[in-house]
Amino acid sequence: MLRYLLNKIVLVLPTLIGITICAFAFVRLLPGDPILAMAGEHGVSPERYAELKEQFGYNLPIWQQYAHYVRDAATGNFGVSISSKRPVIEDFMTLFPATIELSTFAMIFAMVLGIPAGIFAAVKRGSWFDQGLMGTALVGYSMPIFWWGLLLIIFFSGYLGWTPVSGRIGLQFFFKPVTGFMTIDSLLYGKWDAFRSALSHLVLPAIVLGTIPLAVIARQTRSAMLEVLSEDYVRTARAKGLSSARVIGVHALRNALIPVVTTIGLQVGVLMAGAILTETIFAWPGIGKWMVDSIFKRDYVVVQSGLLLIALIVMAVNLIVDVLYAVINPRIRAS
Amino acid sequence: MSQSTEIAPMAAGNPDRLTGFRTFWHYFSVNRGAVIGLFVFILLVLAALFAPLLAPYAPDIQDKTAFLRPPAWEAGGSTQYLLGTDAVGRDMLSRLLYGARFSLLIGAVVVTLALTGGITLGLLAGYFRGWVDVAIMRVMDLILAFPSLLLALVLVTILGPGLFNAMLAIALVLQPHFARLVRAAVMAEKSREYVVAAKVAGAGHIRLMLRTILPNCLGPLIVQGTLSFSNAILEAAALGFLGLGAQPPTPEWGTMLASAREFILRAWWVVTFPGLAILITVLAINLIGDGLRDALDPKLRRS
Repeated sequence: MLRYLLNKIVLVLPTLIGITICAFAFVRLLPGDPILAMAGEHGVSPERYAELKEQFGYNLPIWQQYAHYVRDAATGNFGVSISSKRPVIEDFMTLFPATIELSTFAMIFAMVLGIPAGIFAAVKRGSWFDQGLMGTALVGYSMPIFWWGLLLIIFFSGYLGWTPVSGRIGLQFFFKPVTGFMTIDSLLYGKWDAFRSALSHLVLPAIVLGTIPLAVIARQTRSAMLEVLSEDYVRTARAKGLSSARVIGVHALRNALIPVVTTIGLQVGVLMAGAILTETIFAWPGIGKWMVDSIFKRDYVVVQSGLLLIALIVMAVNLIVDVLYAVINPRIRAS
Repeated sequence: MSQSTEIAPMAAGNPDRLTGFRTFWHYFSVNRGAVIGLFVFILLVLAALFAPLLAPYAPDIQDKTAFLRPPAWEAGGSTQYLLGTDAVGRDMLSRLLYGARFSLLIGAVVVTLALTGGITLGLLAGYFRGWVDVAIMRVMDLILAFPSLLLALVLVTILGPGLFNAMLAIALVLQPHFARLVRAAVMAEKSREYVVAAKVAGAGHIRLMLRTILPNCLGPLIVQGTLSFSNAILEAAALGFLGLGAQPPTPEWGTMLASAREFILRAWWVVTFPGLAILITVLAINLIGDGLRDALDPKLRRS
């Protein structure tokens, strides 16, 4: 197991280095002078320019600049945001929990609906439910989620007036974050109305962000279940006289879930891309909206660090999924 | 598959190809969804081609007496503007028809670029192996390590917003899938007897790669190409929606949605129709993709 783990880490190293090179190169590839680009629209005086050039180390050879960049990034120093005037890492730490909360609820939504629906469709293969579900899943998979979000706003916020249009929680509620999850923090402080407010803000964005994963998970569960149901051991279990529920729920499901778990892990990248759109539509204060806003504000230090941090997170999660997969499935370890 | 036809597929002549097409159509048409998808797609192509004839108005003409006019069947709507008008009095139907041109163009250009790049890199990596392979595939892994929309966003930031740059960025992001596919297929085919035979017969590297091996990897490439076509349309619309793709007043569907956002609670039609157009297009292409996979993948076919 340890050898497998080390092997995986060694394989990831070139990608890790590549990601840092990309982030490093980003600011230097921007059209025009990197310092003027980072200074934003206001520009800088010649003295300040020289000072900045020195400060960012642009007078050094390129490999030394890269070495400094990696050293700074490794110690958590990502520079200072030009628009917020705060260290980038502080802004990231404030906004990141919002994205995790949104993604977590999106994933719960996708799994709670997708896995049972997939199982049921496989068991009733060819039925109207199966056909309807697969059709719906394909629609979900083809959905432009930024439009889907707008539609839900029109219906639930505009027409029915059930949910707020944007933000994370009502403005009247304010408390010091404990976990950074508004839904959990509000409960920790025992404020029910705050909890309800947080939940009503969360519902629509979570559905929007969870739609594509839901479609993928339902399809994957169905096909994995179909494969398992034709296995000999399932027939044996049936032949032994076990109840249908037990055969499906225990014997088949356990093995069918292995590929599903992998699929769920692979959705992290999808969630991060989706978060950019979902957070923009619902004005959800997370890192996706932060990235888009920073591009428009020309706050390139933030874009650079966001690129690096998001890619590192996706890579780390994929690594963890790989390792977990090997823990569940000993056959992977051996190969 | 007999080996003699693989060595000289061009010499086989038309009759074989015709039966090939019949077999293909037989398996494709079993999938009802795929046929519907193909039908819708053909309609879209026709709409795009004949947009100037079909559209009642030019896409950028503004009627200052008809801002945010609802569709014909709603109260306050008229048959003058069947699907209503947008915030500056442009006919929605005309803009949607012209928008089909952009979406299909985006799909075609992106897939062509990604396919060309992916095939070249995949062939080189799978054929020559060694350091060429390592270098190319590490870069492909790197591109895949970023969430696709994020990478496209960052690339457009570097290149500057606009439709062409958005297409370039999306092509670059989608291209590793093709490279991986071609590389795997080339490695599987390379040691097969028909390739060895062609090599012994004196075929050079280029001929081996392009004429002998490549035609045998086409099936999965076509399927991937279809999926990338719909992906490209979605991502370009997303970039347009974020304000970094096609710029107003281009009637690109994603861009139309972006400018419709502020009227979302007042005029449902300016938001609903462009998104519906994107969904229908993407769905049709994905349906075709499913059908192609069934028809072109011999492993699935026999089961």
